[in-house]
Amino acid sequence: MAAPRASLNLVAPVWNGVTKSIRDLSSSVAPKGSQKKGKRLLQFLADRFYDVEALREYLLQKQVSKVHQENRSFTYIKERYGPYVAGAYFVLKQGGAVKFQGQEWIQSSGRRPSSLELLSFQAVPVESVDASDCAINYEGLDNLLALKELQSLSLQRCPHVDDWCLSRLYQLADSLQELSLAGCPRVSERGLACLHHLQNLRRLDISDLPAVSNPGLTQILMEEMLPNCEVLGADWAQGLKSRPEKQSQDTASPTPA
Amino acid sequence: MFRGAVHLCAGRGHLGRRLSTLRGGSALGKVEGTGGHHGSGVPPVSSCVTFRTWDPGRAGQTVGQLGEGGWAGKVSEIKKTLQSVLPGGAWNSLYDTSHLPPEQSDVVIVGGGVLGLSVAYWLKRLEKQRGAIRVLVVEQDHTYSQASTGLSVGGIRQQFSLPENIQLSLFSVNFLRNINDYLAVVDDPPLDLQFNPSGYLLLASEEGAAILESNVKVQRQEGAKVCLMSPEQLRNKFPWINTEGVALASYGLEGEGWFDPWCLLQGLRRKVQAMGVHFCHGEVTRFVSSSNRMETTSGEEITLKRIHEVHVKMDHSVEYQPVECAIVINAAGAWSGRVAELAGIGKGPPGTLQGTKLPVEPRKRYVYVWHCPQGPGLESPLVADTSGVYFRRDGLGNNYLGGCSPTEEEEPDPENLEVDHDFFQNKVWPRLAWRIPAFESLKVRSAWAGYYDYNTFDQNGVVGPHPLVANMYFATGFSGHGLQQAPAVGRAVAEMVLEGRFQTINLNAFLFSRFFLGEKVQEHNIF
Repeated sequence: MAAPRASLNLVAPVWNGVTKSIRDLSSSVAPKGSQKKGKRLLQFLADRFYDVEALREYLLQKQVSKVHQENRSFTYIKERYGPYVAGAYFVLKQGGAVKFQGQEWIQSSGRRPSSLELLSFQAVPVESVDASDCAINYEGLDNLLALKELQSLSLQRCPHVDDWCLSRLYQLADSLQELSLAGCPRVSERGLACLHHLQNLRRLDISDLPAVSNPGLTQILMEEMLPNCEVLGADWAQGLKSRPEKQSQDTASPTPA
Repeated sequence: MFRGAVHLCAGRGHLGRRLSTLRGGSALGKVEGTGGHHGSGVPPVSSCVTFRTWDPGRAGQTVGQLGEGGWAGKVSEIKKTLQSVLPGGAWNSLYDTSHLPPEQSDVVIVGGGVLGLSVAYWLKRLEKQRGAIRVLVVEQDHTYSQASTGLSVGGIRQQFSLPENIQLSLFSVNFLRNINDYLAVVDDPPLDLQFNPSGYLLLASEEGAAILESNVKVQRQEGAKVCLMSPEQLRNKFPWINTEGVALASYGLEGEGWFDPWCLLQGLRRKVQAMGVHFCHGEVTRFVSSSNRMETTSGEEITLKRIHEVHVKMDHSVEYQPVECAIVINAAGAWSGRVAELAGIGKGPPGTLQGTKLPVEPRKRYVYVWHCPQGPGLESPLVADTSGVYFRRDGLGNNYLGGCSPTEEEEPDPENLEVDHDFFQNKVWPRLAWRIPAFESLKVRSAWAGYYDYNTFDQNGVVGPHPLVANMYFATGFSGHGLQQAPAVGRAVAEMVLEGRFQTINLNAFLFSRFFLGEKVQEHNIF
């Protein structure tokens, strides 16, 4: 958990010092040392030359389209092997883990998931998905929403999951019992409000959401809205957790530069 | 100041007539250059044209008064010699004109609200070559204190009855969802649109149920995620609603809700500025146009007009700048009727195309904010009642805002933006408390008023060119749903300007000619 977070924070000082750039949100992968140096040079040049600015705009667009690229649906697999295999393949490819009904957890080993392994589960519904730290976004969610028997979904620390994504989860209302949104940087109380569709929810983790303005109040309102659900939210430890992270960010930033 | 005065005395007609195409603007600049500025030995065509811009001595005063203004005369003499000796760039070291808009622009957009900015954005985005189109946006109120954009409730929905409106909203929702891709500016922080995806809940009475059902059918066909609910389901889902008199309800599941209009406006402004669009804080006071008499095949005589110049008066000043342009876009919102009148639209015998006015006028609408501790919780959508009253949650602190459109007879005077609190007491509250019993005890916190650019003909937008004033395009008249459709309308207008037809969404039903032909495209869901 600590490693990807620290690298995410690192992007800010490189780009603009104070303001958070758009790139913060779009770049989930940590830029390498040499890349960063190049970017700093680009920034320097862009302040002086229009052409360089155009180049940077192009790079920005490319980064955005990369996320979209990663989230496209596997229509071929879906047509051929059904939604379960397609959904599982998508999650594994993103680096998450899936659990078919009555089976063990399958994790992505290495870069490519073994599709052969999945093919034996064509008729078996997917029960749980752990998509923690995945670059899944609104379009990519299509693959998960097709899993009608999904009971447990974990979207912890997904940098591209936002309020718009949450508004689509009503499609899983019949089956979903457990949902974890802990640490998603773009989820706010506005998106949480539309989880009222999920009446079968038993457990909801909304801890450590930096975009939520009033974590305590939000948790109480969520409990009112979902009376049958256990809402894990802001606890006393939340304030303590953020401190060491900030320190690690400070100590980490000078080393690669 | 001087420049304006010069223009007043110069023969505008003959200058103007030479501008006819998009390229015309720059061609004219050259003609003047060889005639006057560069002094290449060719005698100037007329003195007015020659010293059109830079000769204050002749322009500001008559020759007789030169006794006192001798120095000014000398300066102009010196400048004249300098200009003939040093051909090339214009001499503007003496008069700072940086606060004025450019003298030429391909497109002038009247109105810098969300619609005008959206047109500017799509024009720049769809242009074939970087920097191919020069765009000027003229906004009279740079604080946007009266602009409908900032005073809006900020709702977006797909629950319309017309397929066009549904498509426009679907496109816009997609735009808003990817707003940080569309409006990304290098090194600027991402926009926080504050979108609340809580949906709209429309209630229908016995009489309205059939219409609601057919509307939902159309909405589903267009791809909107809307579901129908019976009163029983309604009671289970939202127990705080009194379902008496409700026969059917439709509830938007996806892509409906409300957002921060100010964020969209600032995001568009920021992006458009980065794309090289000029902004000007001023008011359009006059259109200089030429007209051609033509005869239709049926022998009817019509007058075709073409705008060549837009006079932009600077704010708090008598100074104005004529801007030569090829295309004018009327996105002045509630004031677009006035702008159309300036261009001579509607000045003709009634019943003819020339006498057809743009039926857009400002209408005042109130929004009230109230506090109610026992009110609906986090799950509450934007509810629009059978009586026309609507409300939505605002934030987490049990605050709500809402209002109601008045009937035609009780329409308030749109002269100022004062709020009528009796309207809430007499018209809004009783209906609210009937529908939501919890609202029987509430406290009004604040209220404001804003303008609808109300289309009195059929409450729908006007998009595309005017049939007679051929280079004026409209993007106005959306009667309260302009903000949510702005991204899509901007694209439609830009396509019309650049390609001559609608490409993404067919908006032929929203053309101006429907006012003359009397073809109403009625939208049932306006509140």
